[in-house]
Amino acid sequence: MSALNSALFGWYPYLCLTVFLLGSLIRFDREQYTWKTGSSQLLRRRQLRLGSNLFHVGILVIFAGHAVGLLTPIWVFDMLGVSHSFKQGLAITAGGIAGVACFIGISLLAHRRLFDPRIRATSSFGDTAILLILWVQLTLGLSTIFVSLGHMDGHEMVKFMNWAQGIITLQPSAAAYVSDVNPIFKAHLLLGMTIFLVFPFTRLVHVWSAPVWYLGRPGYQVVRTRFAGGARAARSGAPKPAFTPAVRPTHVMPVNPAE
Amino acid sequence: MKIRAQIAMVLNLDKCIGCHTCSVTCKNVWTNREGVEYAWFNNVETKPGVGYPREWENQEKWNGGWRRKKNGRIEPRIGAKWRVLANIFANPDLPEIDDYYEPFTFDYEHLHTARESKAFPTARPRSAISGQRMQKIEWGPNWEEILGGEFEKRARDVNFEAVQKDIYGQFENTFMMYLPRLCEHCLNPACAASCPSGAIYKREEDGIVLIDQDKCRGWRMCVSGCPYKKIYYNWSSGKSEKCIFCYPRIEAGQPTVCSETCVGRIRYLGVLLYDADRIEAAASVPDEKDLYQAQLDLFLDPSDPAVIAQARADGVPEAWLEAARHSPVWKMAMEWKVAFPLHPEYRTLPMVWYVPPLSPIQSAAAAGKMGVNGDMPDVRSLRIPLRYLANLLTAGDEEPVALALERMLAMRGYMRAKTVDGRLDERIAAEVGLTGAAIEDMYQVMAIANYEDRFVIPTAHREWSEDAYDLRGSCGFSFGNGCSSGNTQTNLFGTRQTPKARNPMEVA
Repeated sequence: MSALNSALFGWYPYLCLTVFLLGSLIRFDREQYTWKTGSSQLLRRRQLRLGSNLFHVGILVIFAGHAVGLLTPIWVFDMLGVSHSFKQGLAITAGGIAGVACFIGISLLAHRRLFDPRIRATSSFGDTAILLILWVQLTLGLSTIFVSLGHMDGHEMVKFMNWAQGIITLQPSAAAYVSDVNPIFKAHLLLGMTIFLVFPFTRLVHVWSAPVWYLGRPGYQVVRTRFAGGARAARSGAPKPAFTPAVRPTHVMPVNPAE
Repeated sequence: MKIRAQIAMVLNLDKCIGCHTCSVTCKNVWTNREGVEYAWFNNVETKPGVGYPREWENQEKWNGGWRRKKNGRIEPRIGAKWRVLANIFANPDLPEIDDYYEPFTFDYEHLHTARESKAFPTARPRSAISGQRMQKIEWGPNWEEILGGEFEKRARDVNFEAVQKDIYGQFENTFMMYLPRLCEHCLNPACAASCPSGAIYKREEDGIVLIDQDKCRGWRMCVSGCPYKKIYYNWSSGKSEKCIFCYPRIEAGQPTVCSETCVGRIRYLGVLLYDADRIEAAASVPDEKDLYQAQLDLFLDPSDPAVIAQARADGVPEAWLEAARHSPVWKMAMEWKVAFPLHPEYRTLPMVWYVPPLSPIQSAAAAGKMGVNGDMPDVRSLRIPLRYLANLLTAGDEEPVALALERMLAMRGYMRAKTVDGRLDERIAAEVGLTGAAIEDMYQVMAIANYEDRFVIPTAHREWSEDAYDLRGSCGFSFGNGCSSGNTQTNLFGTRQTPKARNPMEVA
């Protein structure tokens, strides 16, 4: 049992993270044409306005909560005077509200995807599968609230923090922290890691491309120049191709002046 | 001053016969693929009408184009950058495909395979998206062809602003025009401004506005940003697509497919030089009616030695300067002032311009519905078409449109006097502020419209940006990694993979 626990919570995370990072990198490098949000709003507006907004806002709050809650070292909370029970309560309240909003949203989106003829016909297997996986994961996550209500002192939560921080700091032995937690938590962790595993193969890759830097784009217009090196080459004083023909090895076929 | 060159287009609506050859040839070349069945990079609308997609000109509804703020600066009408991002999960200003039309095909195969029956077999329509049977086709790409449908529906055309629709109703039999539309390749493109990914760009060397298909992430804000609704979201690839001004042909000195195949010879392509530093100021003028003049002021005289010197310094090739001096677009827009931008009030500074049609005026004159001034029909007495054309082309300023129509009438009068009566009547030319020589030139370019007068296109200097040595034997245009589509036909186990693009007939 401990071998299985070690494999699932000690080593599986590294498999998932490796595929997540390398897969994303390779897909971005090799198949950027497939890198997209996959929006279906054009085909059906109904259910999307409410569903997509609730889902995205909810899941962003949840994601940020998980990232901060799991990965912030415990001593930081201790130093700030945040008690474990307070943090547990905050996680349940904020996570619960965002989770319910997200759940309503994703349920609308899932209904739309499965039962709208246009959306259903144009969905790929991956589109439907990842939506249902997220739905199950969210349901599992919301179910853990009822477990957590049983130990509001936060000691279970500390186990997950220790586990996540152990894994991130390359200690597979951290699997031991979660060996005795409730099976709902274990399922939630496993499915969560699996989402990282399948991430590069689904439309989820658009998360990497969240266009926040649009806010910092100087002006509005984008103009591309014909110079291969772009403005950078021009600035650095490199000769512009316009005035310097490319230098080629002399052994290529010489141009016959008679032609 | 920073001088850039653009290949601009003029369409002489006076000669458009609404044959849709431009639309069909364009579609066959660029959009006969899954995901863009509904998209027409070029379409021809019958005006008055609500157009394609429905009511595209109604920016109260779609929020396309630019808005001038109180502080004098402009921002996309869909909102500032933070608001664009706030709406990214569900774009409130995005048309649904039904606003264009649901693409359809017919069960043609049934005509071959139907068993013997009493009733004649028919090919019934089927949705190209869901593959499901469509009981009735409610709308299509050209639903209002030649004023088809009810006047009540067509009358929602926003160009009727300041026109009494009931009076227009009486003109129905005499007033109709065709409006071929394509991407305007604007100087101040609102699509590029609203693209959060920065995937839409304007090419410095020829002004063509393109979408980088690798960089596009499908945030679909460009569809809303473009007031002409000329960006189409490909629902299959998840990327936006638009008219590419047939840039592979333009680069080779050939006209676009729509221009090349136009049987009415109404399309013109030529170089315009413009001052890139003054674009924002021109797009920000307070009064919408000044936008037409502001854009004219951006264009630079290619015969002016100072302009030539600066253009050379800014890297405009010599052949482009030479082409600019023979540009039919320059002549029509700047010398004769007979071509106008489409809806300048959107503040995008469009670069596909239109010569207004005389046909409504001519037919009204023939029907005795308008005054005659001397031997020429009095254009200004025909208030309704004039106002309509002004709403379409000059943000409601009737004077420039009236002058253009008079100049076109003068051209007819002058040439009739010359060829029928055998006299050169400079008086006709002088009345509209032209000379006989200018009218002869107008006649050559606009009426005779020889191929070499219509298309003055310098070739691109690809050797400046690419090394032909590296391009040998490589693929041209592809959707994958070089020559690979990224998909292999077989898998690990040697069985065939299922094809990814689906045919709706197979789905059903």
